[in-house]
Amino acid sequence: MNNQIPILELKHVTKRFGNITANEDVSLSVYQGEILALLGENGSGKTTLMNAIAGIYYPDEGEILVKGKEVAIRSPKDAYHLGIGMIHQHFKLIDVLSAAENIVLGLKDNGRYNLKAAYAGIREICDKYGFDIDPAQKIYDMSVSQKQTVEIVKQLYRGADLLILDEPTAVLTPQETDRLFQVLRNMKADGKSIIIITHKLNEVLAISDRVAILRKGRYICDIKTSESDAQQLTDAMVGHSVKLNIDRPQPKNPKDKIRIEGLNVRNKEGVQKLKDISFTARSGEILGIAGISGNGQKELLEAIAGLQEIESGSIVFINEDGTEDNLVGMDPRKITAKGVTLSFVPEDRLGMGLVANMDLADNMMLRSFRTGRSLFTDRKDPYELAEQVVDELEVQTPSISTSVRKLSGGNIQKVLVGREISNVPSVLLTAYAVRGLDINSSYIIYDLMNRQKKKGVAVIYVGEDLDVLLELCDRILILCDGQVSGILDGRTADKQEVGLMMTSLGGGKADE
Amino acid sequence: MNKGSLIHISRRKEISWWRAWLVRLAAIALALILCGIITFFATGLNPISFYAAMIDGSFGTSRRIWMLLQNMAILLCISVALAPAFRMRFWNLGGDGQALMGALGAAASMILLGDKVPNWLLILIMTVAAVLFGAVWAFIPAFFKAKWNTNETLFTLMMNYVAVQLVAFFVIIWEVPKGAGKIGIINQNTNAGWFPQVGGSKYLLNVIIAVLITVIMYVYMKYTKHGYEVAVVGESEPTARYAGINVKNVVVRTMVLSGALCGVAGLLLVGGTDHTLTTTLIDGRGFTGVMVAWLAKFNPIYMALTGFLIVFLQRGSAEITTMFTLNQSYGDIITGIILFFVIGCEFFLNYQIHFRKSHKEVA
Repeated sequence: MNNQIPILELKHVTKRFGNITANEDVSLSVYQGEILALLGENGSGKTTLMNAIAGIYYPDEGEILVKGKEVAIRSPKDAYHLGIGMIHQHFKLIDVLSAAENIVLGLKDNGRYNLKAAYAGIREICDKYGFDIDPAQKIYDMSVSQKQTVEIVKQLYRGADLLILDEPTAVLTPQETDRLFQVLRNMKADGKSIIIITHKLNEVLAISDRVAILRKGRYICDIKTSESDAQQLTDAMVGHSVKLNIDRPQPKNPKDKIRIEGLNVRNKEGVQKLKDISFTARSGEILGIAGISGNGQKELLEAIAGLQEIESGSIVFINEDGTEDNLVGMDPRKITAKGVTLSFVPEDRLGMGLVANMDLADNMMLRSFRTGRSLFTDRKDPYELAEQVVDELEVQTPSISTSVRKLSGGNIQKVLVGREISNVPSVLLTAYAVRGLDINSSYIIYDLMNRQKKKGVAVIYVGEDLDVLLELCDRILILCDGQVSGILDGRTADKQEVGLMMTSLGGGKADE
Repeated sequence: MNKGSLIHISRRKEISWWRAWLVRLAAIALALILCGIITFFATGLNPISFYAAMIDGSFGTSRRIWMLLQNMAILLCISVALAPAFRMRFWNLGGDGQALMGALGAAASMILLGDKVPNWLLILIMTVAAVLFGAVWAFIPAFFKAKWNTNETLFTLMMNYVAVQLVAFFVIIWEVPKGAGKIGIINQNTNAGWFPQVGGSKYLLNVIIAVLITVIMYVYMKYTKHGYEVAVVGESEPTARYAGINVKNVVVRTMVLSGALCGVAGLLLVGGTDHTLTTTLIDGRGFTGVMVAWLAKFNPIYMALTGFLIVFLQRGSAEITTMFTLNQSYGDIITGIILFFVIGCEFFLNYQIHFRKSHKEVA
């Protein structure tokens, strides 16, 4: 194995969009049998750079060398001929086709269409690297993790030597992440090269051989993982020193704020998504909700926010003066009219929380535009609020009048959270508030949660990173299959216990 | 693989307004040049006289200018009426039917109440009837959409045919003289229900009303809470629900407005200029209006420009066909070429094309 010639080398790559420079003069190499982690804040140009390698974008300047030869990668097809395969954050699979059909889709070189041969080829790859998929299974029947596996197998089947994974663990449970990493290690042992984009430092440290850091579109440095630690990586990424622990102040004078009893919810298809849920959220406390995604988190928050039809049960809001309001059957407008200040950061930021094609100012008034008797919207206050949010949360945007869809994921999230907090809520619901966010942005969000908590807000935090849940939350409610699997004290719970409760009700205590 | 120049297309992030207009003007200029060339080779006509005829058809005489303005006024009124529905992603293809129903309401008032009430009251009743008829014609599909999520495109389209048949039915009832199969000029002797002439022209009032409606709708869509709700619903329904917007109400309310304004267009035709009712009164402007609205990206002010372009093309090409005794289809060819360029140039507004000489070895 010759480690001297890089399998991929970038020289002075620059990519601009209009007057925005996404990548500037980036030089980088990847060697055979190496796992390179690409680290950088949101909007630092990681995905753009990878897209340039995968043939989605064409760099404005600079050269790309594959195995020492200069190449022009004009399309994903060119990339595939060069043995480069990218697994995007959003999977590019066709739901109604089976895994094998998706894998061979678009392949022309193998002569006739032969699904049997494809099955054999797929099985071989699976056995070699330790994947577990059924080639005949339809995509719509698969979990997120299985879909991701199909994407990876697809690239390997097409003979990729260099795999690029864009935030592969964002949608996985801890167990699934471990399994993915095992597969990646097998691939590495087989001489494949891997570039992985992730925001989770512990994962970077666990899987990578080398870390390349981008900041504001520029290449900063590369560091051998074995000679580094989380603090050094974060500092290099952010450009200044960052504190890496999450505060957890003791709740002050917690009072019951929202009491949920016997909540049952069915979705439109009639499938029961929540079953007999009961719990209480208290003011001045962060209640974490853990669970494998799709186990009722979305429905639970939407039910509280008045966006989900409720089959039975009660959601009671307890006012300052002790009086109680049942929120069941109310839409968000009625809830607001009742004087219940409930803020909600939904999981789907652009599909629910914000209007993608509107600018920052117009998005600021999404929940408040009705105030006042005037027929006309007030544009001045939202504009000022937008300026304030941009200022306080360090949102990177060309201007207040930029469409939010043009911002990067982390900045979109800051705009959303900023607006919801500006509402001075008494209850704050957040769904995956830091999904896809870099370390620095994540810590800003944790800090915002804590500030709300200190103000006496009842914060409900649906999260997926167990380490964070265990560090941030006062109590953790674990959902499993739409039911409460248990409620633990955040200060004493351990990760193993929570993980078990996520996969079986009550953590499978009967087995002990 | 091929070597040589590398064409690469990428999405534009932003384009300054003046460059956007430059591209659009260039597209129209190119289209006109191409039309001239094609005309020269197809018919042997001098391209210059071809362009002259085109302009002459719209601006040649003061009567032609008035006709241009009148046509623009009606088309603009319908386009602006459709805009809020389209903004909401409610594909209202029923502009024709809604305007025709408005015309029916106005004509019915004129015929039935012609000499029974004072003229000012009659005009008021006509207005109310036209607005109401148009609104009801839009309310029905909107209600079904809100209640049972029916397909609004098909529903509004079908409502057009119902409206045409209804008008055909009433034309027979009210035909003058019996057996003529048409209504003729309503209240020819009394002029009851005819709009007053403003500035010595029967067209000016219509133009003023259309301009007023355009400005009001611009303000409505851009600065009011209703307009904001419409925009949010059009962008994403879950977002609208999240914002506490009652989506069903907004859909019905906006469609009623859309239909009511289409009704006004029918009113302007019956009360202002034509003073009659036929099944072909609207002349497909409910559909032309869709094109005008789309080209202007649902901005009422821009619709004045795109509306002008469409009417100018229609009248110009009509003039060419009569002047040079060409087949009528020739006018359609010319209109088609120009629209192709105008719509096609949007591509260059959204995307950039990079050319680069490649000396690199291609994979």
